[in-house]
Amino acid sequence: MTLEGILAQLAAMIVALVVAPLLMGWVNAWRAILQNRRPPSLLLPFHMLRKLFIKESVVAHDATALFRIAPYIVFGCMLLAAMIIPTLSTNLPMAPAADAIALVGLFALARLFISLAAMDIGTSFGTLGARREMLFGFLAEPAFLMVLFTVSLIASSTSLATIVSSLAHRELAILPSLAFAGVAFTMVSLAENARVPVDNPATHLELTMIHEALILEYSGRHLALMEWAAALKLFAYSCAGLAIFFPWGVAQANDHVALLWALPVLLVKLAVGGFLLAVIETILAKMRIFRVPEFLATAFMLGVLALLVHLLLGA
Amino acid sequence: MMAPLAGQVVNLFAAVLLLIAFAMLSQRRIVALINLFALQGAALVGSTATVAFATGQKHLYYSAAITLVLKVLILPWLLHRLIRRLNVKWDIETLINIPTMMLVGILLVIFAFNLALPISEFSQSIARGTLGIALACVLLSFLMMITRSKAVPQVIGFLSMENGLFFAATSATYGMPMVVELGIALDVLVGMVILGVFLFQIREQFDSLDIHHLEKLRED
Repeated sequence: MTLEGILAQLAAMIVALVVAPLLMGWVNAWRAILQNRRPPSLLLPFHMLRKLFIKESVVAHDATALFRIAPYIVFGCMLLAAMIIPTLSTNLPMAPAADAIALVGLFALARLFISLAAMDIGTSFGTLGARREMLFGFLAEPAFLMVLFTVSLIASSTSLATIVSSLAHRELAILPSLAFAGVAFTMVSLAENARVPVDNPATHLELTMIHEALILEYSGRHLALMEWAAALKLFAYSCAGLAIFFPWGVAQANDHVALLWALPVLLVKLAVGGFLLAVIETILAKMRIFRVPEFLATAFMLGVLALLVHLLLGA
Repeated sequence: MMAPLAGQVVNLFAAVLLLIAFAMLSQRRIVALINLFALQGAALVGSTATVAFATGQKHLYYSAAITLVLKVLILPWLLHRLIRRLNVKWDIETLINIPTMMLVGILLVIFAFNLALPISEFSQSIARGTLGIALACVLLSFLMMITRSKAVPQVIGFLSMENGLFFAATSATYGMPMVVELGIALDVLVGMVILGVFLFQIREQFDSLDIHHLEKLRED
């Protein structure tokens, strides 16, 4: 572990913390523009976080300690996930701490705590949201794992940093398995981040909501942490997708010039990705909740196909 | 240099074929099903033309052209006309349990891959790896014909099975002799016409295109 590595890791963490709410703001602004509304400021998520951190945090009478510590655990999981994904450079001291499979585990841990906290209060909305979240999580996780297995097989390693650097250095070849895995990953990310075909992030009181139902009882700094964690999750998923499927521009170990370039390249990639996400959310309608298992089964099928195609064709 | 790239392109088309086979398995709308069938034909044309280009086999160009005319243009047009006449254009079939069907499909693909692995080792073709995919496409079309209860999707399943067989022929052995290919093409066309007439008869008899009506014996 070198000083340089620690600096790169710190930079990655600060970038994650700052860029994640910005990405939220960017997606929301584009959604507004595409729906012929006047876009809110890009900095709106920051203002909201500041406001929530200042406000008093009200906790229900029946809440146990679990309800209070859950936001910190969720936020910690998401921050760690954002740190082990090679966003700027593949030279990350934290990377050996967790590989691609542990990344899925981190997301699962956060999901577990957010669901437990939602059930802790005992409101029907929270319980409903928790059950839906667990159902979709249980369907999305295998699909996500299949995608990660496919890229791990291609790079012959489960470490994210190794995967990204080997994918970036491979000679250009047409890989149908990567294309399948990419589509499957997009579907899983839409479901996991509560985006439109599965859940509507703009809703706050509807029977069909999932993510908002989970954090309905939170207020003040707890809510701020939850919102920030959601933004970090979107950032982590976007960065993972960009790093795996469009790995160009991520700095390799001990490459100082590339490290300077990595941030603007990442911002451009995220800007394009966020715009595409807004387009997807605008042209698709939210599907019925009982159609979601079909949607996620399709993602799982694509993931398995990617794996099989890679094994059979070696491509 | 040429052969690896051509092999990759054929692999890509093979993957697309497999993907379309799965999409057909889970598609509820008949119109979309026909469009998927046309798309499958187009992928077949692409892969056949690529193999022809990479190996310099002249007759494969002809079979690609026959496929283009027959499976991308004529058969989808016939099917579109058929469903318009039968007035089932906007029919939506109730498919139960798509996730389970997908899992069964995945199992079929694994089975086909395992089955094809020893066979493809004997082949000298540039695209021998795709034999498993061709077999998987055939099996998936079988599955589609088994699970559908309406007549038109069954016909489409039958036609897409022929697509899988054709792909197996081009990928494993650079295609069949021209006479055989012409014969099959004509067979499919005639079969389609006969099935079209047959569908009208079924509807006249039972007022529905549901195949389950054919299972009962009637004495009149």
